[in-house]
Amino acid sequence: MNAPSAAPTTGSPPHAATRPGQGGSEFLPAVKNAALAALVMLGLSIPIIAFRTENSMANELILLPRWRVVAVLCLIVFAVRLLLNLGGIHIARRRSAKRREILVTRVEAPTTLGQRIFFYAAPVLLGVAIGYPLITTLVNGGLSESRYWIDLGILVLTYVMLGWGLNIVVGLAGLLDLGYVAFYAVGAYSYALLAITFGLSFWICLPVAGILAALWGIMLGFPVLRLRGDYLAIVTLAFGEIIRLVLINWVDLTNGGAGIASIPRVSFFGIPFTADEDGFAATFGLEFSTMHRIVFLYYLILVLALVTNIVTMRLRRLPVGRAWEALREDEIACRSLGINTTSTKLTAFAIGAMFGGFAGAFFAVRQGFISPESFNFLESAIILSIVVLGGMGSQMGVAIAATAMVAGPEMLRNLGFLSAVFGDGFDPNEYRLLLFGAAMVAMMVWRPRGLVSHRDPSIVLGERKAISGALVKEGHG
Amino acid sequence: MSEANSTAQAPAQASPQAAPAARPLLTIRGVKTFYGNIIALKGVDIDVNEGEIVTLIGANGAGKSTLMMTIFGNPRAREGTITYAGNEITRMATHDIAKLNIAQSPEGRRIFPRMTVFENLQMGASINAFAHFEQDLERVCSIFPRLKERLHQRGGTLSGGEQQMLAIARALMSRPKLLLLDEPSLGLAPLVVRQIFDVIRELNREGMTIFLVEQNAYHALKLAHRAYVMVTGSITLSGTGKELLADPQVRAAYLEGGRH
Repeated sequence: MNAPSAAPTTGSPPHAATRPGQGGSEFLPAVKNAALAALVMLGLSIPIIAFRTENSMANELILLPRWRVVAVLCLIVFAVRLLLNLGGIHIARRRSAKRREILVTRVEAPTTLGQRIFFYAAPVLLGVAIGYPLITTLVNGGLSESRYWIDLGILVLTYVMLGWGLNIVVGLAGLLDLGYVAFYAVGAYSYALLAITFGLSFWICLPVAGILAALWGIMLGFPVLRLRGDYLAIVTLAFGEIIRLVLINWVDLTNGGAGIASIPRVSFFGIPFTADEDGFAATFGLEFSTMHRIVFLYYLILVLALVTNIVTMRLRRLPVGRAWEALREDEIACRSLGINTTSTKLTAFAIGAMFGGFAGAFFAVRQGFISPESFNFLESAIILSIVVLGGMGSQMGVAIAATAMVAGPEMLRNLGFLSAVFGDGFDPNEYRLLLFGAAMVAMMVWRPRGLVSHRDPSIVLGERKAISGALVKEGHG
Repeated sequence: MSEANSTAQAPAQASPQAAPAARPLLTIRGVKTFYGNIIALKGVDIDVNEGEIVTLIGANGAGKSTLMMTIFGNPRAREGTITYAGNEITRMATHDIAKLNIAQSPEGRRIFPRMTVFENLQMGASINAFAHFEQDLERVCSIFPRLKERLHQRGGTLSGGEQQMLAIARALMSRPKLLLLDEPSLGLAPLVVRQIFDVIRELNREGMTIFLVEQNAYHALKLAHRAYVMVTGSITLSGTGKELLADPQVRAAYLEGGRH
């Protein structure tokens, strides 16, 4: 171990030495970065640009591939990005350079193949998610035929969003919440009651539902401030049940177990999806199809989920997000470092609940019918297991786990050919829970910390006050 | 850092920076702390003056760590007063106390294991809103070069000694006037213990006031300007470090057991 006094002398020369070297090695990362941008462009252009619809001679809709346009656009993105990287915009370059300095050890040391896959998987998966309705349409040969698949996509994305919302509470702040479905219910009933009673539109009710759910999150937060672990789990579980029982028994307001039916449907920012003259189809000169609404719902939940994700990622880099993570690690240390654990916990509950409320409002507007039975404990358990299986705190892991947990059982329905192997009367769907349990056990054996157990350090907080690269590099060798 | 006078520690009043005008920074008067109905501190009086190293020694369960936690308001003192730099902090919330330029390296280190060393240090700097984060980072990295090497490693992967260094470094990131250290030598190899005590002495020489709770009585008393001995929740002895080192009672109870 070095003597402490030796450090200042060894600290400064490399600082000076690395500066010129940085300029020389600028080219390769810039190319990589530009290539990545082009890749994202490619992913985005598949649904948007790559195909053009034309009327054929027989007046059928045919798709014309336009790969040359896509290629040209990708090249343009690559070139522009490369130019920017190599010194076009001063601030952008300085920032990325600084980040690179800080990230040196992280990028070089622990980057395994798996992490690299995840790094590139995010933009690719996003592209797939955006192009999903088109893909299903192409595969099934028609928009109406792919309704089942788009509905499934909506369901998956709803759980992705719920998983990301709960991830704030459980994954980041480390507060085990078994009653998350309560906020989902608050959001759903808020929209249903506001829309039916006051005739408010979905776009007004959506933020209101989020705010109401956040208030309930704070209400739950106060009594459980001092609880942790098992005790917290039990109280939140009870909270979820209380909300459900209130919904069942407060018949005057909620219509009890019969639920609320004929909830107003979503509109395209005020334009309803009807066959009327002022409906969506007529306004945009399209042929009326019920699928317009479904596709719109798909993109609505996609946007809501992405907003959840982006907000979470940003918050992680702000002091409050860092405080959540520190709270998960050690509450006493947090307090002695001057962090107000009360407000930190309450913000985690409130923000997590808010996204649950958004998802709930979406659920209500999509179903058109809600009843307390949609918000039982099993829902909470599923959302929680999505977070746990995905890897606490990992956004990508949660998305993958949600897809596997929600779409996986659906896939079993399509395994009819297995009856040829196991004889008639074999219904793979009956083995759903068995497979589910087996998958859980396998997960816990091989990946006990979830699918994506890696936690990205969120260093950006110190971005502008970053330490010099020399400081980092010195110890690296 | 480890120079000649570490073997023969000068008496407090002879040492130049030791308690020049004896301005009290932390004053603890008649503090009683309870865990439920069980009394843990039975009326403790302690003074820590500006620029001093004050040590509190005592056996397991004497209440040393309880006192440390009581200063930070968790648990709260049921009776008595704790005054820091003229403000009474007895009833303040822990996170508000931490904003008064007091920093603590708690018992058992309590670093954030899943966060990197760098992020741990950022957490320490969050009190003063990262005002001088860069300088402070360079400073703690020069005090603990080992941390500089480990900057982007997760806290939980550090060795015990490195974790202790990180706990102290994290506390230093808020530029405290008073540093509370709870058993920094716990479970560490003798060589690392010496390093840590060297750092404590160096920090004090730069003007930081240090209140140190230790079981390692020999090292702690050698380092301290003044010291207190705690037995089952009460202060039984106090004096300069050298006086206590020579005290037959202290020798019998804490030193001749062979913990050197």
